[in-house]
Amino acid sequence: MSGHSSYVPKSGIERWLDVRLPIVRLMHDSAVSYPTPRNLNYFWTFGGILTFMLVAQIVTGIILAMHYTPQSTLAFNSVEHIMRDVNYGWLLRYLHANGASMFFVAVYVHIFRGLYYGSYKAPREVLWILGVVIFLLMMATAFMGYVLPWGQMSFWGATVITNLFSALPVIGETIVTFLWGGYSVDNPTLNRFFSLHYLLPFMIFGVVILHIWALHVVGQNNPTGVEVKNVAKDTVPFTPYATIKDIFAMVVFTIVFSWFVFYQPNFMGHADNYIPANPAVTPSHIVPEWYFLPFYAILRAIPDKLGGVVAMGSAIVVLAFLPWIDTSKVRSMSYRPIARQLFWAFVAVCIGLGYLGAMPAEGGYVTASQIFTVLYFGFFVALFIIGLFERPQALPNSIADSVLDTLKGGSGARLATATASEPNAKG
Amino acid sequence: MAHATDTTSTETTRRDFLMLATGAAGVVSLGAVVVPLVSQLAPDAQTIAAGAPMDVDLAPIAEGQAIKLFWRGKLIFVRHRTKKEIDEALAVDISTLRDPQTDQQRTKPGHEPFLIVYGNCTHLGCVPLGNSPGDPKGDFDGWFCPCHGSHYDSSGRIRKGPAPLNLPVPPYAFSADTKIRIG
Repeated sequence: MSGHSSYVPKSGIERWLDVRLPIVRLMHDSAVSYPTPRNLNYFWTFGGILTFMLVAQIVTGIILAMHYTPQSTLAFNSVEHIMRDVNYGWLLRYLHANGASMFFVAVYVHIFRGLYYGSYKAPREVLWILGVVIFLLMMATAFMGYVLPWGQMSFWGATVITNLFSALPVIGETIVTFLWGGYSVDNPTLNRFFSLHYLLPFMIFGVVILHIWALHVVGQNNPTGVEVKNVAKDTVPFTPYATIKDIFAMVVFTIVFSWFVFYQPNFMGHADNYIPANPAVTPSHIVPEWYFLPFYAILRAIPDKLGGVVAMGSAIVVLAFLPWIDTSKVRSMSYRPIARQLFWAFVAVCIGLGYLGAMPAEGGYVTASQIFTVLYFGFFVALFIIGLFERPQALPNSIADSVLDTLKGGSGARLATATASEPNAKG
Repeated sequence: MAHATDTTSTETTRRDFLMLATGAAGVVSLGAVVVPLVSQLAPDAQTIAAGAPMDVDLAPIAEGQAIKLFWRGKLIFVRHRTKKEIDEALAVDISTLRDPQTDQQRTKPGHEPFLIVYGNCTHLGCVPLGNSPGDPKGDFDGWFCPCHGSHYDSSGRIRKGPAPLNLPVPPYAFSADTKIRIG
């Protein structure tokens, strides 16, 4: 989609730099003149929001690391020290802790948007798989970050999650001992988790660069799923259109984020994590952070240790295979009457699993988790089968056509002004 | 490369030998670098040294009572079982068990009242409840793991729930009538 560079160096310095390191040209081509489909809706702003959240987490995290002590007897108190003694320490920690949750809110919207509009289909398979890799790295980072305060949930969360590997036959126990650096979760475990928690965000950053690179090679998908045919008619330049829209969405997102930070800073945490880690007592009800609950429910639904671990892993890995699971040629579910209903059912199943993951593992909750686990995987089977016979609705000829149709339906008077330069047409 | 010698030749040359030797040396060096990088993850000397044998006096543990202690950083339950609990453990038909073991295999002869097991659930490592008087003991008068609902009987054997194995018995021996040495 990216054609010839339209960058023209304006000053002597820019001309000098351009023939030595064309970095300004690169930024101009990828963030200013880059053509974006003109019909993108607000679900497309979450990529920008996620980039913002990654940077915010890295900045607050680096600062927290300046005041935190990764030592099992001191870690808990050093977090309290950040909360009480460090100037604005409470703010930085609440930004970082709630930032993790908001990061996952944004990534789930981003993933479901890709799912609904078929953003994983050719030629965007690699783009999508890189996204799944980022998601996995995010999960690992969030998990290890949650261990660092060394409260009861930190300790027992670490115990339960590292023990998942003990389910592997033969090598499982050795892997767990190597993860712990001892015979149980202890100081060596805390030290290495801190080291890795600091490393992984930069690995995420690296994969994000690949993700954006792949995006700029294949171009953005759009709500119709129809590829750009005429750059002049179907697209608008990234700046100012996408830039302003992204900034606006980011501001709205930040308002919600701030509400949590300033009014409900512990809403998404667990009270048990304000009790220092005690290896002799497990909290009566262990639950992971909300963003892991659906996967946790799948883990507990299977009455077999290895089976549960395999099912949980598959629930994530199956996403990477979506480009080949979905057999339909039509990208956007806006034009797929059956798949669209299936999609919303899948959203409901994921929310249901999240609820069940937070409930105790007994009685009816276990049975319900088992049913929902079958439904979760059933979605992917159904997506494969439906694509074979589903009759899609008529697709618009082009992005520009779909925009004009919308305007016609909305207001006849607007039609006359709907020219290629009309910015309102983009929403 | 322009100056390369006849590349179509199938003869073994000194260059082929050098290529193989370099490749082999590279693989060996890589392995030599990986060993310390991975080995440092294993329990260190201090952690291993902390696992020396430990003496425990069982006399203060009253019948029906259980205590928790740590050896090698791992939690251990010592339970002084009641007559009823021992009888229940002996009455089980072991062919019905997920991890078949008799109660005799899990205790020392002549010291049946004392059950000594690791205190972490074999599912995902939580600490099962059942040591304190008010705790739920599960459906089999032993332990109940609150995390994922595993039930252990009064011999520490898995009876219900996701855990695959019985609570393991640590290595120990009676050094006197009411004294044990763990390790």
